[in-house]
Amino acid sequence: MAITKIRNQFPILDTKVYGKPLVYLDNAATAQRPQAVTDCWVGLVNEANSNIHRAVHHLAAQATEAYEGARDRVRTFINAGAREEIIFTSGATASINLVASSYGQVFVNEGDELIVSVCEHHSNIVPWQLLCQHKGAVLKVLETEEDGRLSPERLRALLSPRTKMVAITHISNVLGVVNPVKELVSVSHAAGVPVLVDGAQGIVHEKVDVQDLDCDFYAFSGHKIYAATGTGVLYGKRKWLDTMPPYMGGGEMIETVSFNGTTYAPLPMKFEAGTQNFNSAPTLVPALDFAEAVREEKEVQEEQEAILDYLCTQLLQDSRIVLYGSAREYKIPLFSFAVKGVHHEDLALILDKIGVAVRSGQMCAEPLMNHLGVTGLLRASFAPYNTLEEAKYFVASLDKAIEMLL
Amino acid sequence: MTLEEKKQQVIEDFSLYDEWLDKYEYLIELGKSLEAFPEEKKTEDNLIKGCQSRVWLDVEERDGRLYFTADSDAIITKGIISLLIGVYSGRTRAEIAGDDFGFVAQIGLKENLSPTRANGLVSMIETIKNLAENGR
Repeated sequence: MAITKIRNQFPILDTKVYGKPLVYLDNAATAQRPQAVTDCWVGLVNEANSNIHRAVHHLAAQATEAYEGARDRVRTFINAGAREEIIFTSGATASINLVASSYGQVFVNEGDELIVSVCEHHSNIVPWQLLCQHKGAVLKVLETEEDGRLSPERLRALLSPRTKMVAITHISNVLGVVNPVKELVSVSHAAGVPVLVDGAQGIVHEKVDVQDLDCDFYAFSGHKIYAATGTGVLYGKRKWLDTMPPYMGGGEMIETVSFNGTTYAPLPMKFEAGTQNFNSAPTLVPALDFAEAVREEKEVQEEQEAILDYLCTQLLQDSRIVLYGSAREYKIPLFSFAVKGVHHEDLALILDKIGVAVRSGQMCAEPLMNHLGVTGLLRASFAPYNTLEEAKYFVASLDKAIEMLL
Repeated sequence: MTLEEKKQQVIEDFSLYDEWLDKYEYLIELGKSLEAFPEEKKTEDNLIKGCQSRVWLDVEERDGRLYFTADSDAIITKGIISLLIGVYSGRTRAEIAGDDFGFVAQIGLKENLSPTRANGLVSMIETIKNLAENGR
């Protein structure tokens, strides 16, 4: 069975917690690492540890090759037009901050408007708020439709001649429904406004083609798609990256330095100041290889669909439960819900003792929680190594926890 | 019952349960049986900082002794605060201020909570101590 073979690549899935088999359903926070990623990571540390780009010795050449090879792999994974459009960062948060700061410095002025959606992660809200404070710009909020999706029509109504950026999530980390990014981009572009897509969840669950989406920026983290922590990507269209000033100054990002003025390195190094995470970035290669391979597995697709069907049915028919983000057709296996009369933290605590790892709380989306009128939710998020059997165990455990608490 | 006797009793009650799930069940029962806490006392002042769920703690002094009342929107947290005030309510300021709260470690409560909840427990203990030492 394909899923058993996949699970065997993840040693951590054999862990027992409090004597019970671990059921890891917090994949939207971070995914687990397959053995190939760990091997790559350890291999680089043990065999090719050297600072990249500058030195002429053998190890440096190996490390540089691994690092730049990862850039090529990312390019093909998201079908970017050129490798110069792939900037390595420490994660999606750093990618978004880079754009907010650097693009904002040149293109945003007092009285200008920026649009974010109500279902954004704090990482796609706060950088824009900081920019607004700095420049005297105004942050506008795009609401979701009843089913949790963003609508191009609603966005069109919010765009104005002063809008300078639309920053929206591909898939909300709370609602778990895929937004019509291509249409949202098209509407924004018709108004002459660039779009940044927060792809932290989207990159994991959707086949992303940045040229097809036509988005101006696409940000994601490595650790949510099986790569090492501290890795991240910013895709940016060359026309923007060329005109944006460097985000940070330091080593590697310069061409020549003098006290009379400094000239900057060409893309992508212009945005990669300081020593890069060269032991970790290359883990994106086995990680993305894995992601691509499992995406093609028919058995995995069927299991994921079965999990989706099962949980949508179970959670929607249970009168004690309120599920948020219910557009089945666009749903990924990520379920955030409230249980009436029961605190999400109590549920998570009891589920933990039964071996089930889920997330509780605001999930870094406090504005969305306020919008939904809840103090927090419980979230179960599945990965291709999770099984329908685990989904059933989760539902049975949840039922037990609710019974204990009511 | 003296403070020492009461603490000993809690340690014994807790040791009756081997499984943490059963200990939670016990805490849930404690939480459910906690005396109702008036809505008007759920003030910002009474809110204990540092807990992920909301916890309110109020204190009254009568005849030289402190009497605590509390509430939380999460039931296990409510059970924990109930356990604490069950031990420390009705004691003198000196008794509480002089106590090391070591019984909490003895029942293994802190180690078995998530880090955020463990921090919450520390905040609850500090608030009780602070009220005893400095008053409101």
